[in-house]
Amino acid sequence: MNEKFIFAGFGGQGVMLMGQLITYAGMFEDLEVSWLPSYGPEMRGGTANCSVIVSDKAVASPVISFDATTAVVMNLPSMDKFEQEVEKGGKLFVNSSLIERKSEREDIDVYYINANEVANELGNAKAANMVMLGAILEVTKVVTPESVLKALAKIFGTAKAHLIPLNEEALKRGAELVK
Amino acid sequence: MAVVFEKTKGLTEKETHYCPGCTHGIIHRLVAEVLEELDVLGETVGVAPVGCSVLAYEYFNCDMQEAAHGRAPAVATGIKRALPDKVVFSYQGDGDLASIGTAEIVHVAHRGEKITTIFVNNAIYGMTGGQMAPTTLIGQKTTTSPLGRDSNLTGFPLRMSEMLATIDGAVFVERVSVHNPAAIRKAKKAIKKAFEVQLEGKGFGIVEVLSTCPTNWGMTPVKALGWLEENMIPYYPLGNFKSPEEAK
Amino acid sequence: MAKVLMKGNEAIGAAAINAGCRYFFGYPITPQNELPEYMSRELPKVGGVFVQAESEVAAINMVYGAAGSGVRVMTSSSSPGIALKQEGISYIAGAELPAVIVNIVRGGPGLGSIQPSQSDYNQSTRGGGDGDYHLLVYAPANIQEMVDLLQEAFDKADFYRNPVMVMGDGMIGQMMEPVEFKERPEVDLPPKDWAATGTEGKRKPNVINSLFLKPEELEDHNIRLTEKYDAMKKNEQQWETYNMEKPEIICVAYGTTARIVKSAIDTLKAEGIEIGLIRPILVWPFPEKAFVELPETAKMFLSVEMSMGQMIDDIKIVNQGRLPVEFYGRSGGMIPSPDGVVQKIRALLGGAK
Repeated sequence: MNEKFIFAGFGGQGVMLMGQLITYAGMFEDLEVSWLPSYGPEMRGGTANCSVIVSDKAVASPVISFDATTAVVMNLPSMDKFEQEVEKGGKLFVNSSLIERKSEREDIDVYYINANEVANELGNAKAANMVMLGAILEVTKVVTPESVLKALAKIFGTAKAHLIPLNEEALKRGAELVK
Repeated sequence: MAVVFEKTKGLTEKETHYCPGCTHGIIHRLVAEVLEELDVLGETVGVAPVGCSVLAYEYFNCDMQEAAHGRAPAVATGIKRALPDKVVFSYQGDGDLASIGTAEIVHVAHRGEKITTIFVNNAIYGMTGGQMAPTTLIGQKTTTSPLGRDSNLTGFPLRMSEMLATIDGAVFVERVSVHNPAAIRKAKKAIKKAFEVQLEGKGFGIVEVLSTCPTNWGMTPVKALGWLEENMIPYYPLGNFKSPEEAK
Repeated sequence: MAKVLMKGNEAIGAAAINAGCRYFFGYPITPQNELPEYMSRELPKVGGVFVQAESEVAAINMVYGAAGSGVRVMTSSSSPGIALKQEGISYIAGAELPAVIVNIVRGGPGLGSIQPSQSDYNQSTRGGGDGDYHLLVYAPANIQEMVDLLQEAFDKADFYRNPVMVMGDGMIGQMMEPVEFKERPEVDLPPKDWAATGTEGKRKPNVINSLFLKPEELEDHNIRLTEKYDAMKKNEQQWETYNMEKPEIICVAYGTTARIVKSAIDTLKAEGIEIGLIRPILVWPFPEKAFVELPETAKMFLSVEMSMGQMIDDIKIVNQGRLPVEFYGRSGGMIPSPDGVVQKIRALLGGAK
């Protein structure tokens, strides 16, 4: 296995967290992992993205350059930027709640997930990233939802522990969308 | 026979390299006497500058560290933070403190570091041979202002004590002189007070000491003392600009 | 201890605290800001001190002061900030004080960029400050190695009474990888009886100084320093080799670039093309011992760098004219891709036939 993920969206959509959860979960499953954020002035407002590699061999380069096995785009600028970075035969997860256009790629599998709407149904718009993550885990099987929940508990700590049931539900709803 | 005079234990036996008539020797002695009187010589680390007093580490009879030009306040900060219970002072000239080291002196005051700075202002670069300093007086001839300092070209002399007194972290700021015995006595009082402020943990203290440079001013030592009194004191008024009672 | 996932810059901070560093003087500059932020948060919890200086120049001079007091002290910055620190680094070397300087390298010259780079090779290995001096310069390739070597750096700094640089790049500073803080063996180090901590009336004053006005004294000092650097050259070379049994080309790469080269080597090996790697773990002293015996199959060296080729000179020195030295690099924040390295190697082999 050598999965290369790009997660992209605007600040506040939790794209860095999605990447970190998969990275942590991979570590819990004794896989080799790396997480590399974009950094610089664009972090302060516009788009945010991170590259995550989960592999059964030591990670050579944490950089993903037009060889992503999976790209996750949460808003239109991210779709415009990263749609072409997915390698042939790879996967693209599109947040169709915010992105109206369809992918131009015909050589990859594209999944349209109305993440924000489902999150709203759950009563918390902020859970859109977890709905998306649920779909990603169901399709890619890169790590188990249990490992992701363990990672979430670690990141949330006690202060945000009460949010875990909501996030667990969001993961499940996301998975159902692609079953 | 009763002892009427003794050399301070605060200075080493080393003969200084200072020019005849230079007042650095007096100022060294005042600092050393104060450290001895406060009984802190064994708990003191001094920081020597770059300039005429670059070899101060050979004269003060306590642990010393030699700083790069202008950086003595930063070096002193590192020492004081590592050794908060020790007495730390920097000894700096006007080229060192008022020119290349302005950022360091402003920010040591800004942080309120609990150190003491002895600032020796003789209105000229002595060590390098008499170039213009930020503190050089208008009209004063130096090797880089051969026609006399012209404010149109080089601005006006910097009054460091007044400037530093505006900074909340500077809790003791005083300008003194060593041009006659009465002034020297006052200078020693101020230096002692500055170290006491440090011992009480109140913040940053600085004593600016107006000093002569007979060699580079091109005067006899006696004439230089007179020149200081007549020219420097009117521009750099003596007195206390800040003491802990009025510091915030 | 279990593995934890940490960002490179934060792992450096944790490793420093683990190594007994309690004093940090820094100044903000991207891409190393998480390190001073971490230190400002964590050092007070262990009785340590964090000071945000007014400039890099002041920060390194605070390090110089604290090092003179005999404590374990560190600063960090990125390329243009390191350029500003060179004055202080020279003083620390001249006064023979231990200190650790972390450089998370970004693109230059000038303001350059904030993206990863290795264009501080010369600034680090040649010394940017005045005088005859050297630093030990570690160049870890991943966060685990960064953590292990950073702790070693403090011991070496104390042992040699010399500043030590640990050099990463923006990528290693920003990325997260699993890391384990291992039990460290106690190192027998000489007492710091030279430190200026106050005489307490019990000894003659200690003076921390790099000024020697008499030429014969300064020359003696330089000769003694050089003996120390010779000992480092003899004892501190570290390198890793990869696929060096029968390589046609020997790549030389350090830090994160070496990981990319390994990936390219694996790709080519699958096609039956044998390429080797010598990875300097310290770039000063350069691992000349690794270049003494070369496999007979080797036709050339290929230096792979995130710069315009600053390491080539060192490879040429240790190569002693035996093989051609080729170069592949990206700069300005562009990162070499494994495929780019593969293409370059193919071109070189094609050209050799």
